[in-house]
Amino acid sequence: MAKITFITKDDDTIVCEADSGSVMELAVQNGVKGIDGDCGGVCSCATCHVHVAPESVAQVGEAGEIEKDMLELDDEANERSRLCCQLEVSDDLDGIVLHVAH
Amino acid sequence: MSTPLTANKVCIIIGASHGGVNLAFALRKEGWEGEIHLIDKDPNPPYHRPPLSKAHLTTDDGLEKILLKAPKAYQDNHIELHLGQEVAAIDHVHQLVNLADGSSKHYDKLVLAVGARPIIPPIKGIDDVKHLYPMRTADDVNNIRSAFSQCSAKRVVIIGGGYIGLETAASLRKLGGEVTVLEREERILARVTAPIMSEFFQKLHTDHGVNIRTGKNVVELRQNTNGQEVLCSDGTVYPADVIVMGVGIRVNQELAEEAGLKIDNGISVNEQCKTSHSNIYAIGDCTFHYNKHYDRWLRLESVQNAVDQAKTTAQALTDKNPEYDALPWFWSDQYDVKLQMVGLSDGYDEILKRDESTDDQHKFSTWYFKGDQLLAVDAVNNAKAYVVGTKLIGAKTQVRKDVLSDPEQDLKALL
Repeated sequence: MAKITFITKDDDTIVCEADSGSVMELAVQNGVKGIDGDCGGVCSCATCHVHVAPESVAQVGEAGEIEKDMLELDDEANERSRLCCQLEVSDDLDGIVLHVAH
Repeated sequence: MSTPLTANKVCIIIGASHGGVNLAFALRKEGWEGEIHLIDKDPNPPYHRPPLSKAHLTTDDGLEKILLKAPKAYQDNHIELHLGQEVAAIDHVHQLVNLADGSSKHYDKLVLAVGARPIIPPIKGIDDVKHLYPMRTADDVNNIRSAFSQCSAKRVVIIGGGYIGLETAASLRKLGGEVTVLEREERILARVTAPIMSEFFQKLHTDHGVNIRTGKNVVELRQNTNGQEVLCSDGTVYPADVIVMGVGIRVNQELAEEAGLKIDNGISVNEQCKTSHSNIYAIGDCTFHYNKHYDRWLRLESVQNAVDQAKTTAQALTDKNPEYDALPWFWSDQYDVKLQMVGLSDGYDEILKRDESTDDQHKFSTWYFKGDQLLAVDAVNNAKAYVVGTKLIGAKTQVRKDVLSDPEQDLKALL
C-alpha cells in the first residue's frame, strides 16, 4: 500500500492510498483537480502533469524519453516534472508528494 | 460582481462522453453557478473511449479503470448525471428537452454532445449473424470479449481497415485470435492517411500475423451451425466466429435536425460552438466547425476536438467571449507502435520521411508539406517529432527541409 499526496493549484491537499494502477488513475478516481488524463493514460496528451516535491524526487525517479519529449509541450515543465500516467503505484512510491502543475 | 448571472440557470448537456463530461466540469471551473444536467442513453458511468479498442479489450479490467471522472467528483461539483436516459426531442420554443420516458426538463442553455454511431451497412444477411459487433461503447467491448472467449477457433473478421479496425485487430491478435481485416479500398487507412503510412501499418500487421486483405467488398453475411461466413464480391469467403464492423461513423444529428438547427457535414456551429439557434450549442464529433489554422470548415472525430470545444463552450456560456482555435491531434496504439499525429495533411504536395529506426524498434516521422508550409506530422514511436511538429505547425514556422531530412541533426534545431 502506498500513500500518495497531491497538492492542487488551489492548495488543496488530497491524500490517497492504493496498491496498484497508475498514479494518474488514482488522482482521477479521487477527483484531484488539474489531473485530467484526457488520453486515458498512454502518454499522449500531457494533461496529468505534476511537479514532484523535491524530497520525493529520488523516490519517483526520472521521466522516460517519450515522457520528457511530451513535457516539452507544456510551459509549466521543469526538471521535477512527470506525467503521472507513467507512474505505477507500488510500495516504492509510499509517502511521495506531488504538486499538480495546472 | 454581485449576484452571478448564471445562479438560477439550467444547463442541460446531451451526451456524457469526452465532450459532455469535460464541458460539465469546465463549466464549474468557469464559474457557472446554476444546475448542470448530463444526459446519456449509455447506462454506464462515463468512460474513456480510446482504450476500448486497445488496453481495455486485452485485459479483464473493469470500467472503473477507464472512468472519465470519479463518481464522487460529479457529486462534489453538483453535476447531475442522468444515465440510461434517451432524449426523444428538443422543444426549442419552450426550451424543453423531452425524454423518452415522457418527462421533460427545462433548459436555459442546451449543449449537444451527441457524438456519432457506427455505420452498420445494409449488407445482405447482416440481421441473421449472431456475433457481429461495432466498436464504440463499453457494451460493444463486453460483447466482443464474451463472443471471443466462448469460441474455440477464435477466427475474427474485421470489416474496415481504419484505425478502429486495426486497433481491434492488434488487440484480438494479442489475445491469440486468427484475425482477418477486410478493407474495401486498395489500401488500409485510405481515408485518413498517406500511402506511406498505409504501407507501414499493412506490413506491421502482416508481420504480427494478421491477414490484411484490401480491395474486398463485403456483399453478404451468413450464419452457419459452426459460425459465420463473410462473403466478398470477388467470390472469396471468410469464416468467422466474431465479426467486428469498423467502417466509419454517422453523426447523431437527428435531434438537431428535427429542432431545425442548421446541418451541414454535422451540426454547424460558430467559433464559440453555438448552433444556428441561440441557447443551443454543440461540441465534439457531431460538429461541423471552422478551423482557423487551416482556414476551412471540417468535422473531426477525436478526443482532442471534443475536449477543446468543451472548454470553448464553457467559456462562451459564462460570457467570456472565447474563440475556438485548436490544432487537431490524434493518436493510435497498435502492438508496440505508438502513432501520434498532429495537424491535417489534406492538400499536401510533398512528404518527407525522417527515419530514426534502430534494429529493434520502428522510429520515424512523416512530414506533410504544401509548398513550404508544414501541414501535418505523423510520428511513429517518436514523441520528439510529434512535439517539434506541433510547435512548428502552430507557429507556422518555415521548416529547413535539409535539417529535417537528416536524422543525424537534432530536430530541435528546427525550432
